[in-house]
Amino acid sequence: MHIIETGNVAAALGVKLAGVQVVAAYPITPQTPLTEKLSELIEAGEMDARYVPVESEHSALAVCIGASSAGARSFTATSANGLLYMHEQVHWAAGARLPIVMCVANRAVGAPWNIWNDHQDSISQRDTGWIQIYSCDHQQIIDDTLKAFRLAETTSIPVMVCYDGYLLSHTYMPFEVPEQEKVEQFLPPFHPSYALDPSSPANLNTVTLPEIRTDVHGEMAHGYMEIRYLLQEDLRKAVQVVEEIDAAFQEIFGRGGAPLVEPYRCDDAEYVVVGMGSLTYQLWDVIETLRTEGHKIGVLGVRLYRPFPDAAVAAALRGARGVFVMEKALSYGYEGALCSDLKSALYDHIPDKSRAPFVKGLVAGIGGREIRTADLTDTLRSGLVGSIPEPGWIGIQL
Amino acid sequence: MTEIRWHGRGGQGAITASRIVATAAFKNGYTGVAMIPTFGTERRGAPIFSSLKIARQKIHDLSPIEAPDIVVVLDHLLLDEVDVAKGLKAGGLIVLNTPKPVTACDFGGVRLAVADVSALSVEAGLPQGRVNSGIIGVLCRAFDIVPFESVLEEIEAEFDGKKPKANAGAARLAYDKTTVGVA
Repeated sequence: MHIIETGNVAAALGVKLAGVQVVAAYPITPQTPLTEKLSELIEAGEMDARYVPVESEHSALAVCIGASSAGARSFTATSANGLLYMHEQVHWAAGARLPIVMCVANRAVGAPWNIWNDHQDSISQRDTGWIQIYSCDHQQIIDDTLKAFRLAETTSIPVMVCYDGYLLSHTYMPFEVPEQEKVEQFLPPFHPSYALDPSSPANLNTVTLPEIRTDVHGEMAHGYMEIRYLLQEDLRKAVQVVEEIDAAFQEIFGRGGAPLVEPYRCDDAEYVVVGMGSLTYQLWDVIETLRTEGHKIGVLGVRLYRPFPDAAVAAALRGARGVFVMEKALSYGYEGALCSDLKSALYDHIPDKSRAPFVKGLVAGIGGREIRTADLTDTLRSGLVGSIPEPGWIGIQL
Repeated sequence: MTEIRWHGRGGQGAITASRIVATAAFKNGYTGVAMIPTFGTERRGAPIFSSLKIARQKIHDLSPIEAPDIVVVLDHLLLDEVDVAKGLKAGGLIVLNTPKPVTACDFGGVRLAVADVSALSVEAGLPQGRVNSGIIGVLCRAFDIVPFESVLEEIEAEFDGKKPKANAGAARLAYDKTTVGVA
């Protein structure tokens, strides 16, 4: 069914269609309408799930960790300081290999207080071992949410579906709601290989020694380092799983095809602008303007951020003379995290450094600073002649 | 693409009104519709605005409208606080809830549609200050993008359980009493 609704409702409908069994969340702007919608659906009996109201985000994810350990399909959602408040449990969920899905309605983090959009909240969680997907519109939000459950359950790695607060979470736009029958074909019920069972008590993730050792059954057991190595290995392999799941989704629903990176007019591009989230599509319009002026420029949207699809990113940028990375977050003290990741990918995948494009990092929309399309166009036009005004923070007024 | 910027006060329902028109446009075949509310630290009574973009193709740019084709103003007292006509395109339209006639307004020669929506809404059976359904009638009278009957259906659906008939009635009354001129 084709409907017009907000991004938060798109996420909620995805969660409902996925047959989630446990939802635990604490309201925070701009995520709140998503969890309110889920609580309404459950209260009205339209969704057969348990909604666990909690006193904090830390507890929200702790409840999901418990529920997921017991074999329930579990979901939470948050934003900004709420995500940071659950940070310890974010690491735990990944280390425990629990297939939890979390939506992050991206918002700036305090201090100072700010409720508007940027990507600092989820980018600051990039090293936790979660898979991170960035949706660019409402269709991707609902589709990514569905794919996230299959991805999490296939890899035993939790998945964050990130979308821009307000810009997507509160904007009304049309999207297609997948049919329940087809969703069930795509996403069968969750049957974990191991689930907690009160009749057969067990300890999970207790103190694990640095060295490998013999376990209670007399078999050699992994030390902490082996367990963590396997998480890293499985995350790296997950790049391919993302592609496989997207292909399966495309076969059933007819949508998808660019799950790692989404290129737009990159084929003959001498310059490429790289971004994530709704900014990517705004850049499509900018590029159209610049193309009419004769500039060969394209856009590359990074859809999968962790694991980083380094090979796909480098392949898309091979042949470009210059790359502009436009980010709504920073690794404070250096540069945008995506910019660093992208440079690293180019270094690894383009052996002849004389053929590698220059990379210019730009910052935009921090704390919801309005990203004017005209400013983007002007900035890139300057960039094409190598004269972007320092410090490369679009719209800053010092 | 048609860009409609809505100006109201927090709690007045400008976002709801723009959403109603967005839904009606979507149901009438406009596949590119985006209603983008701009959130400040709004409290009741503070000026707010939202951006409604209507097109036949998917909308990619979700930035706030800077050069509107149409500006809708739910409260004429906002004119003292906000430059509502800012960026209005040449040949653009202003839709205004005001007790004053077109001749008493001055926007430097733009097309202007007015009705006393505040009074007409009370006449239609709504409580004092509920103007967001009525203003849609004024917009539809001056700008023919979606069939008015279809918009009325959306108003009734939106206000299901909250005086749907009176809300649709307010829109119809405002539609009938709208005057359009140049001011």
